Amino acid sequence: MKGILGRKVGMTQLLTEKGEVVPVTVIEAGPCYVTQIKTVESDGYAAIQLGFEQTRQRRLTKGQIGHLKRRGMPREVPLLRVLREVRLRNVEDYHLGQKIMADIFNTHERVDVQGISKGRGFQGGVKRYGFRGGPRTHGQSDRLRAPGASSSGTTPGRLYKGKRMAGHMGNVPVTIANLRVVLVDPERNLLAVRGAVPGPRGGLLLITEARKQG
Amino acid sequence: MHNLMLLLHNAEQNPNIPTLEPGDTVRVHTLIVEGEKERVQVFQGVVIRVRRGGANSSFTVRRIASHGIGVERTFLFASPRVEKVEVLRHAKVRRARLYYLRGRTGKAARLRERQA
Repeated sequence: MKGILGRKVGMTQLLTEKGEVVPVTVIEAGPCYVTQIKTVESDGYAAIQLGFEQTRQRRLTKGQIGHLKRRGMPREVPLLRVLREVRLRNVEDYHLGQKIMADIFNTHERVDVQGISKGRGFQGGVKRYGFRGGPRTHGQSDRLRAPGASSSGTTPGRLYKGKRMAGHMGNVPVTIANLRVVLVDPERNLLAVRGAVPGPRGGLLLITEARKQG
Repeated sequence: MHNLMLLLHNAEQNPNIPTLEPGDTVRVHTLIVEGEKERVQVFQGVVIRVRRGGANSSFTVRRIASHGIGVERTFLFASPRVEKVEVLRHAKVRRARLYYLRGRTGKAARLRERQA
């Protein structure tokens, strides 16, 4: 298991040598630092904490600075704005303060990309769940985007839990699995993956080795 | 668009494609892959649109195929599949996008030639 934090830069298209167009999302990934190693003995589970994006001292609380400048942490680890954990099976390959660059991934490798989807606010059933809405003609009024019936009658006499209705949509963590890495550029900290990735441009992303490869 | 720009600019244009302008009549030789074999297909028509934008620059060629059916094909300037583009003639046009040709056929779809 391996992972890196990044920010979505935007989408474009690249050409392969054969002349095929590949739609890609460009991600500014890393450099990240290992800021904490959690083990089953000390924390009950195994994980590494990754830090990303250098920031100024006054942007952080004293607690955060203390965490990043604590004893045992190598000097070259800068003040970092974002800290995220990646669960691993074994943490032996990592050491505190280790620098992680985009080159941990190779082209053609499969990755999972996690981000926070764009917030859509309060949306109706048509947009949120793909309901069909009502008929537009045959004497209907005010039924165009209505959700229809929500349940049967006396039996069961109540709504089932999880009934899909209008409500808040988006702004939730979304993982897109098995995206192919198309380009790796550790000098410019760039990664490009085939296809779309959740969230707005500039949104934080966690890129990990694909869990379900097949 | 910050460092996306770097990426956009590093894709080179195919050197076999000359500068094109809307209204040009061109013959585009493209490589077609059919199973194992590759062959060259020619598409002749009028350039009705040239889109700029780094690596994604493209141009659209319109031709009238058999039975008077209009066919449009868009080519990327960066595409290595384009073998050659011959410019047969330039036309005098007064707009950048010649979409009005879509509604016209026969004599009405003619363009006046521009003497270079």
